[in-house]
Amino acid sequence: MEKKSSSNNKLIMTLLNGRTFIVLVILMIYFSFAANNFMTVSSLLSVAKHVALYGILAIGMTYVIITGGIDLSVGSVAGLAGMLAGGFIQEGFTIKAAGVTVYFSVPMVVFITILLGALMGALNGIIITKFNVAPFIATLGTMYIWRGFANIRSNGATYSSIAGYEGLGNTGFEFFGTSIAGTPIPCGVVILVVIAVCAGVVLKKTPFGWHVLAIGGNERAAVLSGIKADKVKIWVYAFSGFCSAVVGIIATSQLMSGSPKTGESWEMNAIAASVLGGTSMAGGIGNIGGTIVGAFVIGVINDGMTMCGVTEFYQKVIRGIVIILAVIIDQVQRNLQAKRALQARNENK
Amino acid sequence: MAEAVKCRDDVFLHAEKITKIYPGTKALDEVSFDLLKGKVNVLIGENGAGKSTLMKMIAGIEQPSSGEMYIGDREVHFKDTTEARNNGIGIIHQDLSLFPNMNVYQNIYMNKEKTGGKVILNDKQHIEGAKNILERLEHPMDVNTRVGALRVGQQQMIEIARNLVDDDLKVLIMDEPTSSLSEQEVKILFKIMRELTSKGLSIVYISHRLEEIMEIGDHVTILRDGKYVADADVKDISVPWIVERMTGGEKNYPRRNRTVDWDKAETVMEVRDLCLPKPGGGYLVNHVSFELKKGEVLGIYGLLGAGRSEIFECIMGLRPEHTGEIILNGQNIEVKNISKQIDNGFALIPEDRQAMGLVQTLDIEKNTSLSALKKYVKGIFVDSKKEGEMVDREIKDIHIKVADKKLPILSLSGGNQQKVVIGKGILTEPKILLMDEPSRGIDIGAKTEVFEIINKYAEEGLSIIVISSELEEIVAIADRVMVLSNGIKTGEFKGEEVQKDTLVLASYQGHHNEDKEN
Repeated sequence: MEKKSSSNNKLIMTLLNGRTFIVLVILMIYFSFAANNFMTVSSLLSVAKHVALYGILAIGMTYVIITGGIDLSVGSVAGLAGMLAGGFIQEGFTIKAAGVTVYFSVPMVVFITILLGALMGALNGIIITKFNVAPFIATLGTMYIWRGFANIRSNGATYSSIAGYEGLGNTGFEFFGTSIAGTPIPCGVVILVVIAVCAGVVLKKTPFGWHVLAIGGNERAAVLSGIKADKVKIWVYAFSGFCSAVVGIIATSQLMSGSPKTGESWEMNAIAASVLGGTSMAGGIGNIGGTIVGAFVIGVINDGMTMCGVTEFYQKVIRGIVIILAVIIDQVQRNLQAKRALQARNENK
Repeated sequence: MAEAVKCRDDVFLHAEKITKIYPGTKALDEVSFDLLKGKVNVLIGENGAGKSTLMKMIAGIEQPSSGEMYIGDREVHFKDTTEARNNGIGIIHQDLSLFPNMNVYQNIYMNKEKTGGKVILNDKQHIEGAKNILERLEHPMDVNTRVGALRVGQQQMIEIARNLVDDDLKVLIMDEPTSSLSEQEVKILFKIMRELTSKGLSIVYISHRLEEIMEIGDHVTILRDGKYVADADVKDISVPWIVERMTGGEKNYPRRNRTVDWDKAETVMEVRDLCLPKPGGGYLVNHVSFELKKGEVLGIYGLLGAGRSEIFECIMGLRPEHTGEIILNGQNIEVKNISKQIDNGFALIPEDRQAMGLVQTLDIEKNTSLSALKKYVKGIFVDSKKEGEMVDREIKDIHIKVADKKLPILSLSGGNQQKVVIGKGILTEPKILLMDEPSRGIDIGAKTEVFEIINKYAEEGLSIIVISSELEEIVAIADRVMVLSNGIKTGEFKGEEVQKDTLVLASYQGHHNEDKEN
């Protein structure tokens, strides 16, 4: 009797641990019947293109949430990054004092944009750690600021000719939004995989990753262990800014136009993907693999519903329900785990 | 002269006239301390004597306001724990400072990571090392377990293991390491401590268990109210000697003089077999029974964590998981929630005035009437006139010094804020008043006034239970004192039996019974 209940328990735990993945599989099966063109290579690749955007944002977000914080500015940083990159290509960079306009090559544009994105993220970290502002407030503030600058950059207009000019040597920006030459695989997906693998390894296999988890688990204890918590957090927010800038570049490249509206409300998708992937909003718990699965769930729901003809209004309702259900299941799992730990403890005595 | 303050040969670290001032209090007052090499140095004193504060200075967690520290003939300043650790000083904290979300070996090697090529963690080495150290501590366990899932005693062992992985450890400070260990675990710990000292490591040991100190300690230093009192070798002293110096012989409040025959007085409340389980095993309140007479002031004395406040929380309905009976006026009552308990005639004056007693954004009047608001309702509105009258009466009754009751609550002094909290409780017209540290953080004048309020209402027939950590206070105010130690009732004293020494002795006794429970 005892044995049976404990093996039942184990089965339940396994199902709970893989729940997001199971949900993803169920969703795929459902949409393959509900929308008859869902299970085609072209629509799956289109889903993957969208997932790459949420996924990369969600990786940075997962790091931030693990430290016990939140980053609401990711969508705005992505938007501003897109505008910066688009502007550099279409208008160049004018140094007023010298009266010259410099056109950077595409790799240079990408490098500068990503660096600025990381600095924007680091600024979040500095505001949060050095001025003791709650992460929610600090990043809410910068969310507005960067969105404002994205509009200011072009006075609200869209940069639509960012293919570059042969003569200026800045062509090739479309690379990030299209497929890798000779394959159908979107470049964004490759970037997602590279960043995900790196972020996963850093979190699990380096001292820095341990320190990130430690700060989320017990910040005071981390400080007492000699970990420079402020420094770690600034790096984490800088990483989130880095991811956001990458997303801004990919999104702009996919559309081949830089709109100041790019990335609006994407922070919510990133948070949702992170939470669906098992990241605890209380900090200390989370992993990159889960986050990627979470991003796929969000992406499949969004695109699948669109293909089924569900309107945007109903999509929002369903997305909300999915997120709340995910967190409820998370709580159930944690309670079960606590119970099991207690049981194991009593058996050991 | 400078030579004189440097370390003697048998001293690892010398602290000279360390003072630490927190806003409003002097936690340490020119305390000098010698940390003897290769010995178990014991620090002892009442709650708030400054033991932990002194150790925080030595471990680099906090910095002294004034005073110097020397290692050898070198003056040292520790600006953080890393610097103290670089000098070979490690600390095991009173409250566990582990990472519940991470596993055993990650906790042990946190910020001491072994890496291959400075980048990738060498988990093989971590697992190996963690296993070795836990075996040495006679606590082999699966090092992949999440620490949050472990028993508190096991967590304590991991806290110890974390410090031992440092090869260059010279001093290990242990702040009440045994408070959550079983007797078996304590024995192992003592064995390890002996092993460490025999290798020349110095240990500073803070404990509340006096017998333990006599067993493991080499040298005892006693602190009281942030001041140095005495130090001696353990072999030269006895438990009563320590207790005498811990309590001191000074200031006494005038003792109450009531000639009531309590045996004949009516019993208002009886608590039978009250138990509150501790998450992770054991009890916070361990089968406690007591009764309360009409008009009596019952004192509850005990050290921090003895389960004093928890008794109040059980009675007030804040701890639905408790078991046992509460009998009010001969009727067994079911404790459901705090609002029901207020209706039943209980009022609680909580320990933390700012966090639990007051609503800082409301004015004095609203704060006073908050609990009793139900009584002033007319239809769906509050009858402001009646509310005002009652508050005015209360302000007069307990002498709250206010210019205008519409002023913000924080405009009052601490003592008067406390009186507002008391007034709030009394306005609910309770039959039993529970006061948790009613005189904490208020000046001596206000304290006397609070005592007067207690006396006044007790004379009028209100039954009062007072929790206090201050011996003088409880001896002066209570008709009868119950002593708790580690959740167990270890003594009950009335009349002339209420003496400081007897209370202190009883307050250390509960720790030896706990293992029978586990």
